[in-house]
Amino acid sequence: MKISVTVNGTVHDSDVEPRTLLVHYIREVLGLTGTNIGCDTSSCGACSVHVNGEAVKSCTMLAVQADGTAITTIEGLATDGQMHPMQQAFMENHGLQCGYCTPGMVMAATSLLKENPHPTEAEVRLGLEGNLCRCTGYHNIVKSVLAAADK
Amino acid sequence: MTVIDDRPAGVLGTRMLRREDPALLTGEAKFCNDLNLPGALHLAVLRSPYAHARIRSIVTDEAAASPGVVAVYTGADLMSQWASPMPSAWAVTADMKNPAHYPLATGKVAYVGDGVACVLATTDAAARDALDLIVVDYEPLEAVVDLEDALSDRVVIHDDLGTNKSYTWDLKIEGHEGQVDEAFAAAAFTVKERYVQQRLIPMAMEPRAVAAVPQPFGGGMVLYSATQIPHILKVMTALTLGIPEQQMRVITPSVGGGFGSKLDVYAEELLCVALARKHKLPVRWNEERGEGTVATTHGRGQIQHVELAADADGKLTAVRIRLLADMGGYQQLITAGIPLLGAFLYAGVYDLPQAYDFSCTGVYTTLTPTDAYRGAGRPEATYAIERAMDSLADVMGIDPMELRERNFIQKEQFPYTAMTGLTYDSGDHLLAMRQAAELSDYAGVRERQKTQNVAGSTKLLGIGQASYFEMCGLAPSRVLASLNYSAGGWEAATVRILPTNKIQVVTGTSPHGQGHETSWSMIVADKLGVPPEDVDVLHSDTAISPLGLDTYGSRSLPVGGVAIAMACDKVIDKAKKIAAHQLEANEDDLEFAGGAFTVKGSPDRTMPLAAIAFEAFTAHNLPDGLEPNLEAQVTYDPPNFSWPFGTHICTVEVDTETGQVTVLQYVAVDDCGVQVNPLIVEGQVHGGVIQGLAQALFEEAVYDTEGNLKNASLAEYLVPAASDVPSLTLGHTVTPSPTNQLGVKGIGEAGTIGAAPAVINAVVDALSSLGVHDMPMPASPHNVWKAIHAATGNAQGASK
Repeated sequence: MKISVTVNGTVHDSDVEPRTLLVHYIREVLGLTGTNIGCDTSSCGACSVHVNGEAVKSCTMLAVQADGTAITTIEGLATDGQMHPMQQAFMENHGLQCGYCTPGMVMAATSLLKENPHPTEAEVRLGLEGNLCRCTGYHNIVKSVLAAADK
Repeated sequence: MTVIDDRPAGVLGTRMLRREDPALLTGEAKFCNDLNLPGALHLAVLRSPYAHARIRSIVTDEAAASPGVVAVYTGADLMSQWASPMPSAWAVTADMKNPAHYPLATGKVAYVGDGVACVLATTDAAARDALDLIVVDYEPLEAVVDLEDALSDRVVIHDDLGTNKSYTWDLKIEGHEGQVDEAFAAAAFTVKERYVQQRLIPMAMEPRAVAAVPQPFGGGMVLYSATQIPHILKVMTALTLGIPEQQMRVITPSVGGGFGSKLDVYAEELLCVALARKHKLPVRWNEERGEGTVATTHGRGQIQHVELAADADGKLTAVRIRLLADMGGYQQLITAGIPLLGAFLYAGVYDLPQAYDFSCTGVYTTLTPTDAYRGAGRPEATYAIERAMDSLADVMGIDPMELRERNFIQKEQFPYTAMTGLTYDSGDHLLAMRQAAELSDYAGVRERQKTQNVAGSTKLLGIGQASYFEMCGLAPSRVLASLNYSAGGWEAATVRILPTNKIQVVTGTSPHGQGHETSWSMIVADKLGVPPEDVDVLHSDTAISPLGLDTYGSRSLPVGGVAIAMACDKVIDKAKKIAAHQLEANEDDLEFAGGAFTVKGSPDRTMPLAAIAFEAFTAHNLPDGLEPNLEAQVTYDPPNFSWPFGTHICTVEVDTETGQVTVLQYVAVDDCGVQVNPLIVEGQVHGGVIQGLAQALFEEAVYDTEGNLKNASLAEYLVPAASDVPSLTLGHTVTPSPTNQLGVKGIGEAGTIGAAPAVINAVVDALSSLGVHDMPMPASPHNVWKAIHAATGNAQGASK
């Protein structure tokens, strides 16, 4: 099926198998491998991207459902070689270790702050419950998001 | 002339941000699954749905004819590919029974997830689709899921072994064998407990991934793998596949966590290499999470019988341990040795006489093989002794903190030769415990308990601690030899000063989230007096770093980092010869500071390393007989393990009506000696603590009686989310290790080691007034409620 999707500001016209998940389209067709796959049950959130500005686990959508949407992946978050304030906050607060959950975590966190610019710690923890991390124990992820919110 | 020290003041010990982060944060880092390999064939593995079955026949015709499929193989088809069975590097006893284990099973399967056939296809989807078309006729046999049942040999899993028992390994103190019984006979107090270390699934966020790429003109094989152990993997794949070692190159791109589960040589790695060799094309495999939960090794899985004897003051007089350890269906790389890594630690941080008796029996079950999981043997040991110490305090009617204080090895006793013969390098347990007690307001919580934990209260307050030693920094090679481990424990490093005074460091450690590039650059910057950004750290490619023993067992800094510091010293020694020659001075009269050699007492006679590097490169004017260039390689075999320690204190509130445990505060005071980068140390503690807390409260691989994993996905297996866990309060003390020049100890596993017993001690403490004396892990609402019910005999709950 033919779809037209704007990804990180560039329009892509593609012909995809109907069963293709959005995450596979992003990774395999567009070659944007920053979006990671950590599970097969939509549990881990490693594949989170923004679809029309909202965080979506890209394994929960078919590529064909993304037809006509604007998508931002982790590769599209930095501008002019400058990391997004959320990326910067993760770096400054050691909010990542192996970095595998990180793209999804950052995408979920930016979406969280868009909805709630000044969350409490509890709200950050609840807001990120769809994204799993095995390295950090979340302590510094939460700290990173709160720091980004303060900026 | 004034020497300008442009070195950033005191790089070592600063909270330097990680150089690894920008690539990871922007999605530019490449994990194994991200590699672009045009023309690669995709491997998919058909796995047994039975825990224990005989394979009667496998029909592959329809799968082979499926669109995109290149080939289908059974275990029998590939037997000629293997020069030997899959490697198992730790025969803990001479008579250990270890079944031959091949990448695909033939004859019988021994766990759900055991590979029986595989498909090669042009796409991953085509390969996986074709799996459904393979017809396997199984004769189901009885599963063996319980360790004690396994030991009974009611059902024998591996016919040729004739028994499910793999080994019994004993640690007794020579010449003091009778002392244990005597101590128990004379004891004023004894405790006898049985603890279960439930099976855990490591669940690194990156599933495993492999790609094998044959090189042109018969030039060998490059194996990419999401592994912790490229060097060990290189040797093992060469041996298992009969490939000359120099033709194997292993590269690990960015690796998304390991926690021990990627410290292995897996069937899929061997299959990819074998099939890439056979088809002369790249072959890749990506693990799906649901398959990884059964096909990647599990951790823990022990039944522990713990006995303590103490005198009237509560001083420990004897420790007796009997373990039953679950190997799973086969042994993986170091399965049998995992309990041995804890065998020396069942007296914990306490001053014990020669009365120590440890015995471990390993048994096979029809479950996923076990192997290393963060802490590997040491969390289990620490849990046993720290839970039993609380029981002893309970029996004696004294505060658990008081009991620990009476038994601690004293600061003055270090280095302390333990009853097992191992020497603990340094420690100050009382200091760490006092800091933890202060940070957690231990006395205040005890006061609050008096008003909160009264009859009728449904929200009970508990506080629990664990004081631990982590035997890490694996390991002195001779000690490993005495444990029958097949390799050494050294680490290699090369420091190379390039002509422009930029530095290349080559390390045999293989990071997967630990930030080695940052920390190693800090060590070199400090040693050589260069800015850390001038130091490039090369790793995780056996062609670039041919010597190494990789990353596990909290070894990277105390072994690999120390090797780097030593290589710096060696480079400085050589540079000194050049400086002495050029400055026309005696080597003994030169001192090296701030990146320059200066003649003592003559500050104007100086030569910076940058100038020496260029002289070493041009070789125009070197001392006679000195080789050009500045490079030094060191292989460091540590003289001792490193012994980080600390005290963790957890405060919980338990809802007696729902069984819900809420962690109110978690304090961790850890001592890993000198900290190279406190930011990274804290991150390791945070992650480790939450993994240990997860064992205590959430996680367990749950099997039914037929050996099916009931929670084989991240939707069902409870890896905690941010909303499930608290923020942590960290403290630290610094007791340098005397065994290495940096004074460092490991920190990767400490959090996990301290956490589970601290949490469970807190839960049991909260419920002690109800008569609850033990709590199975995980302390889920269901298990807590059951324990309350069992203690109070009240089906309606405890508080009525």
